[in-house]
Amino acid sequence: MSDFLGLHGTALILREQRLQVLASNLANADTPGFQAQDMDFNTALQAALSPAAGAGGEDPYQSAANLARYDRPSAQPSLDGNTVDTAREQAAFSQAALEYRASMTFVESKVRTMLTAITGQ
Amino acid sequence: MSNLPIFDVAGSAMQAQSVRLNTVASNLANANTVAGTPEGAYRAKQPVFAAEAIPDHQSLAGVRVTEVRESTAEAVKRYDPGNPLADAQGYVYAPDVDPVAQMVDMISASRSYQANVEVFNSAKELAVATLTMGR
Repeated sequence: MSDFLGLHGTALILREQRLQVLASNLANADTPGFQAQDMDFNTALQAALSPAAGAGGEDPYQSAANLARYDRPSAQPSLDGNTVDTAREQAAFSQAALEYRASMTFVESKVRTMLTAITGQ
Repeated sequence: MSNLPIFDVAGSAMQAQSVRLNTVASNLANANTVAGTPEGAYRAKQPVFAAEAIPDHQSLAGVRVTEVRESTAEAVKRYDPGNPLADAQGYVYAPDVDPVAQMVDMISASRSYQANVEVFNSAKELAVATLTMGR
């Protein structure tokens, strides 16, 4: 069944992982010393699709997401060591939410196709 | 704690920002509270934020208020012999609260709170859309 959803099922899970990282950045916009992080989607997707993913028994998506995470430097670092740019995070979060919706639309159309095949209507 | 850690992250941030708003409210409310001794004067409070991992999602950081620290600034000595609280020399002691700085802090806290509400709402919309998939 996961083969049926193909790339999009994996993409949807990874897009959610990126949303979580960005939400964490926004939550810590006022925390001294917090390093803003981001997730490179291409790296995560390649890691999740590689045959070695999940070989160690851990969640393959989680480990792929962790692998693709990196510290994102701030354009205007603040004196307390916090590197979160709130406006940039909000823009990135909106974009990530849109990408999540896009992936979901693909998954949904796959689900509809399967439902049509099952019910024959 | 849950399968949807974004809610935990945004919730912890809203909680922390609301503590910050509360301390601002307390500081502004007591800006004119005077005392008869320098030690008895009100001291401005300020929360200290720290990043804290969400349970079961160690790679995600929420926010926690580790402590609410009191200002060490000295109380402002004011000559007001008519005040019933005045000491033998006629002085009262007011807290060193800067209303302008407090207002700025309040705006910053409320903006951050709003940003996290937005995150919460977006995450909720996406979760609901995912749950109703195929209907």
